[in-house]
Amino acid sequence: MRTIATAPDKRYPDVWRRRSLRETVTGWLWTAAIAFAAAWSVSALDIEWAFFVDAHEQALDLAQRMWPPRWSYLPVIVRPLIETIHIATLGTMIALVLSIPLAFLAARNTTANGFTWAIGRALLVASRSVNTIIWGLVFVAIFGPGAVAGIAAVAARSVGFLAKLVAEAIEEADRGQIEAIEATGASTAQVYLVGILPQVMPVLIGTTVYRWDINVRESSVLGFVGAGGIGLYLYASINQFAWQQVLVVLAAILVIVLVSEAVSAYIRARIS
Amino acid sequence: MAGVLPADAARENSRGALLAVEALTKVYPGGQRALDGVSLVVERPEIVAIIGSSGAGKSTLIRCINRLVEPTSGQIWLGAAEIVGVSRRELRRLRRRIAMIFQEFNLVERLTVMENVLSGRLGSVGFFASAFRRFPPQDIAGAYAVLDRVGLGGYHDTRADALSGGQRQRVGIARALMQNPDLLLVDEPTASLDPKTARQIMRLIRELATERRRPALVNIHDVALAQSFADRVVGLKSGRVAFDGPPSALSAETLTEIYGAEDWSQTIRRADDETEGRQ
Repeated sequence: MRTIATAPDKRYPDVWRRRSLRETVTGWLWTAAIAFAAAWSVSALDIEWAFFVDAHEQALDLAQRMWPPRWSYLPVIVRPLIETIHIATLGTMIALVLSIPLAFLAARNTTANGFTWAIGRALLVASRSVNTIIWGLVFVAIFGPGAVAGIAAVAARSVGFLAKLVAEAIEEADRGQIEAIEATGASTAQVYLVGILPQVMPVLIGTTVYRWDINVRESSVLGFVGAGGIGLYLYASINQFAWQQVLVVLAAILVIVLVSEAVSAYIRARIS
Repeated sequence: MAGVLPADAARENSRGALLAVEALTKVYPGGQRALDGVSLVVERPEIVAIIGSSGAGKSTLIRCINRLVEPTSGQIWLGAAEIVGVSRRELRRLRRRIAMIFQEFNLVERLTVMENVLSGRLGSVGFFASAFRRFPPQDIAGAYAVLDRVGLGGYHDTRADALSGGQRQRVGIARALMQNPDLLLVDEPTASLDPKTARQIMRLIRELATERRRPALVNIHDVALAQSFADRVVGLKSGRVAFDGPPSALSAETLTEIYGAEDWSQTIRRADDETEGRQ
């Protein structure tokens, strides 16, 4: 082997390793901890393993009871399907209107002071931490069963979702554009309206359409708690063991979910 | 230089100045003393170029005048009105008389040219009028006229983010003119533009300030451009006024005083050759 004219460079070690010994040990300890957590969860849940033995037979049996779908049920569920979409749409629209002031309240750069910011954040968390179906239970108790409770439930859950993302967009808005409007002597409300709102418009439209798409899916089970829509028919069919009807309802829900997802994707792709 | 018109006389303060900055000091929260007792009196509608190296306080000075940056101490008089001590409400009224043109143009990118130009009138319309873009007919007519004047006739419905840098700065100038301001603050108007566009924009700012007989304070780091287009040059160094005089008085020595040692012969000769726009 030819030696190169310089002396061997001893500034660097001969072997290079990506991780130090300490990092390797830490990595293994984390892996062991996660495995332990999984094992603990399984043992704590008291899972009846016997049910797994014939699970495939049960699944096949259910599929056979569902087939063929009872298409004669379809005309019955057309109206509740449309009602489901109306619940999602109206709920999203109400949430959109409410989310704009809430977003300005919950964004650090537009809220009046620390107290108003805390109120804004608390409203966001309250709206977001309760599932739509739980909101449904609450509003059925208030408005009674029906679509109104469903609309209120969708709006209550969505307003926090929309306001959180819009508030983040407000915090990231370009300072220069805001300054330029401030420098004209515009009022604070006008600065928000002309300097900030156009900047967050793509986020506002994009998240609203995306939330509408989610709401179509969530509205399909709101009927389980009596809050209107197709869910009531799905729930009733399951309780009657009318599996051939259940398949028709599931297929119908699949179709409207696919359509809403396509509409949502198309609109979001066109925002600029 | 054109004399002061009677209309301007009413706006002068007791000492006859259109703008008077007195012992203005700005210390940033970090302790950095950006302005250290700057005094500056503008008595005529003239173009005042403010030069100085980065960090000398040029931007801070301009931004203190409309209080986008809050001064630490000192006074600023716009005619008879003092700016530093007033409430936010009164400040908004004073800001309507002071228009600003920015280095990064700061147009609201997703709005059209017309909406951006009309935003110069926000101070004179209410919230719902601005929400539904219902501006008075004279504002609309004024906006079309100003767009023609800055060479953007026909662009009113184009969105700001579809324009080139030079076009955007013209919209920025149009927005400033819509305020019908008593004072123009111009913060590095050409730093984001190519050399040719930079000269066109400086020429436009000069022409418009002259036409309307309004003073303009222009931050500019290009000494040659400052000499070509300004009536007066103020040099800032470490937050203090290091030079205040006509462009012709700028020498290699004064530039060294402002910026530090450098070979200034090219800079000064080029400026002399290309002086323009001054009567």
